[in-house]
Amino acid sequence: MLQNEKTNQIGLTRADYLGEPSTLCKGCGHNSIANTIITSCFEMGIPPEKIVKFSGIGCSSKSLAYFLKRSFGFNGLHGRMPSLAVGALFGDISLKAIGVSGDGDTANIGLGQFKHLVRRNMPMVYIVENNGVYGLTKGQFSATAEKGLTLKRQGKNIYLPVDIAMEALAANATFVARSFAGDPKQLKELIKAALSHEGIAVLDIISPCVTFNNQENSLHSYSWGKGHEDPIHEIEFVPVREEITIDDFQKGTTREVQLHDGSVVVLKKLAKDYDPTNRNEAMRMMEEAIRNDLLVTGLIYVDTQSPNLVQLSNLIDTPLNRVPASQLRPDKKSLEGINRSFR
Amino acid sequence: MVLKKVNDFCMTICTVNGSGSATANSLILRAIFKMGIPVSGKNIFPSNIQGLPTWYSIRVNYQGFVGRVDHDDIIIAMNPETLQSDLSYLRTPGLLLYDKDIVVPKVSDSITTIAMPVTHLINQSKTPANLKIYLSNMVYVGILAYVLNIDMDKIKEALFQHFSGREAAIDPNKKVIDLAYSWAESEKISSSLFELKPMNQDNGYIMTCGNTAAALGAIYGGVQFISWYPITPASTLPEAMNEYLPLLRMDQKTKKCNYVSLQAEDELAAIGMAVGAGWSGLRSMTATSGPGLCLMAEYLGLAYQSEIPVVVWDVQRVGPSTGLPTRTSQGDLTFSYFLSHGDTNFVILLPGSVFECFEFAWKAFDIAEQLQTPVLVLSDLDLGMNDWITHEFAYPETPIKRGKILWEEDLSELLKNREGDWGRYLDIDGDGIPYRTVPGNLHPKAAYFARGTGHDEYGCYSESPHVWERMQNRLLKKMDYAKVLIPAPIFQRENKKSKIGIIAYGSNDIAVKEAIFLLKQVKLSFDYLRIRGIPFSKEIGIFLEGHEKIYVIESNRDGQLAQLLMINFPYSAGKIISIAHVDGLALSANWIVNQICKKEKIKNASK
Repeated sequence: MLQNEKTNQIGLTRADYLGEPSTLCKGCGHNSIANTIITSCFEMGIPPEKIVKFSGIGCSSKSLAYFLKRSFGFNGLHGRMPSLAVGALFGDISLKAIGVSGDGDTANIGLGQFKHLVRRNMPMVYIVENNGVYGLTKGQFSATAEKGLTLKRQGKNIYLPVDIAMEALAANATFVARSFAGDPKQLKELIKAALSHEGIAVLDIISPCVTFNNQENSLHSYSWGKGHEDPIHEIEFVPVREEITIDDFQKGTTREVQLHDGSVVVLKKLAKDYDPTNRNEAMRMMEEAIRNDLLVTGLIYVDTQSPNLVQLSNLIDTPLNRVPASQLRPDKKSLEGINRSFR
Repeated sequence: MVLKKVNDFCMTICTVNGSGSATANSLILRAIFKMGIPVSGKNIFPSNIQGLPTWYSIRVNYQGFVGRVDHDDIIIAMNPETLQSDLSYLRTPGLLLYDKDIVVPKVSDSITTIAMPVTHLINQSKTPANLKIYLSNMVYVGILAYVLNIDMDKIKEALFQHFSGREAAIDPNKKVIDLAYSWAESEKISSSLFELKPMNQDNGYIMTCGNTAAALGAIYGGVQFISWYPITPASTLPEAMNEYLPLLRMDQKTKKCNYVSLQAEDELAAIGMAVGAGWSGLRSMTATSGPGLCLMAEYLGLAYQSEIPVVVWDVQRVGPSTGLPTRTSQGDLTFSYFLSHGDTNFVILLPGSVFECFEFAWKAFDIAEQLQTPVLVLSDLDLGMNDWITHEFAYPETPIKRGKILWEEDLSELLKNREGDWGRYLDIDGDGIPYRTVPGNLHPKAAYFARGTGHDEYGCYSESPHVWERMQNRLLKKMDYAKVLIPAPIFQRENKKSKIGIIAYGSNDIAVKEAIFLLKQVKLSFDYLRIRGIPFSKEIGIFLEGHEKIYVIESNRDGQLAQLLMINFPYSAGKIISIAHVDGLALSANWIVNQICKKEKIKNASK
């Protein structure tokens, strides 16, 4: 296939970014997201060895195996991937971390760890493949299921849902986006921007479960997403090596967000002008979308200034896991001093 | 005429917590240590910040037996609330020093009483009002110094040490101590009962607590990552690391760190972070106590299954549940042994002294990384939080052992030699321990997918019955090698081999040794084996086989070590007799002696 033979700027083909064949259901939104991750990393020319993957438990978390086979990955515990990732990233802070979680993994069992990961501004792309149900255990409600959703064998959901993007905002996330597995074009741009962001990047992606929750009236179905998606802007990620040809857009119709690595996110205005650097506005806009029954997608909020967990840790330049053992043990004389102090 | 007891008595200071008595008590303890006299201090404190009863028992013993005793010879009464019950521990002839403001009931004639004019002396010292409550404790320091003959120079050295030379803190304390001493001197108060005389037992010894020792041991063991969540009695371990890491491991020129210390949101996250760091090739640890260990069970199961080195310190308190948060026990042994669902084995280290807390802390990393498995170190509140006299810390005699880690060149070499055949879980050497790579290794063949689910030698997902069994049996095999790596048991034998054995572990060592000494007086002799690690080594089986009966002594209700020994050595199970007890206090030698005498049907000669 011609497409696969094309090489990126570091001489790898798309095949170098593939994972194992997916064992998820045909048509599962997660497969589409996995493919978009592959394309994004390939096009950005990130060496797969410089990426490290994490997941919790569930269908979404299984999908970690279906992309970037040449990257280290850890399929951890249900709801507890964030802590695993925090510890692991300190081994080598030059690595880029991608976490893939689900709505049950993040909004039910893992809400605590999720919010603390966000609060610490851990440099990591945190993708939630959000379908409102537990797939692997065969179709129970998750905390993101809308009130009134009726599922076979579960009956009617009586609780209000948890909104993952809102939770991220409330926890002072520095990058919050929402997208739809049925819109890979937008998703790709968002994933690229997230990979360039130096802090926590939460992507809440509606990813329909074709087996248990894809009925027309469900807020996590393909048909609802297609009918109600309301992008807040048209987004384009411009990598650092490319010049922005602003002429393509009419003056005054775009906003630009420069990320730390020099790349730029160009946001083209749609119906309304939306400022993704205003947290209050983000909250208001999302509240409104819920009332208006809309699936708002795009870059909801971004803050490129706050320091991240790694920057706050004041570490040496050498990756910690490459520090020679001889530098880890203080000398004998220092212990004599310690002993003296306890006499 | 009662014979004066020299360097052999126990005194308990009865105060309320939050009153600053800890400083006063530690001054007395360290001054006595500096006089070269064997001494111990045990803080019995409430789970509370201010206003509840607290006791501090100081035992001096010229023979070096400084374990807990069940009685007091001297009481310093500063808390009227507990006076009545405190007096019930005072044996005769005894000495009672009390705050003059406290109404003291009539006591037996063989108890000498000294009323301390605390308020008067504090007023005389012109101590600012806001410090009065704290400094009033210095009154008993000064008076005790005179009455028991504690070297005032040593008290001043201890004061200097305690406040790191800060004169603003030292001077007001010193003033009160001096005033109190002068008062006692002018009143010619003396005790014909107890006295301290300088010895020279401090040479080569230091005084500190197990948690500080563990923190330092970990630092000399090259710790790179610690994640933790506050819990009594473990918190002072990571706090000590936070104190010493910048001094010992920060680059003094660039002020950059080669370590990370992170307070997690809970124990679930603390262990998750530590496991993540262990996976990515860092010397990683956490410190907790029983309730935290419960939460960590899940991640430790994953670490066992995916073969990740990590060190977990459990500074034991009394459980189950919240239990007695500020009291000591050895109640987590069987839980640690059987942690996680499914079949597991965990390497467990059992330090028996502050010295061993240091030693096992650095060794634990070597063991964890060589075996690629979690190592649990079971300390306890008594060992961890109380100050003990212990041998000076010994610098690690062996270089850091990182185990089988492959970096780019190592992997290329291995692949070349083995025609490209390497898998993360492939047992190449036949010892059950595979070679691991860690994130950041840029070799295109280095990456693998770690998981708790079934996987084959190459890390690929597998539900095959054969693969599952093969992989789990290999994990078991690693434990054979563990027996070589863990600290060997320590054997104390009588001149003539005894038919009866004693097995104990952890901080009970000191009480057991004293009990064995006391039992000699009723013509009972024992061989004593102190276990220092699990899995159980061959020597332990030989010890069990070589004795007609074996008493297993420990601080829990069910005799947890006895249970584990019975499972591991079923042929000797019938000979094992459990002597177990938990009430939150360290075992006393006297209690052990009584128990053994009862079992041996011998009249107890000691009281």
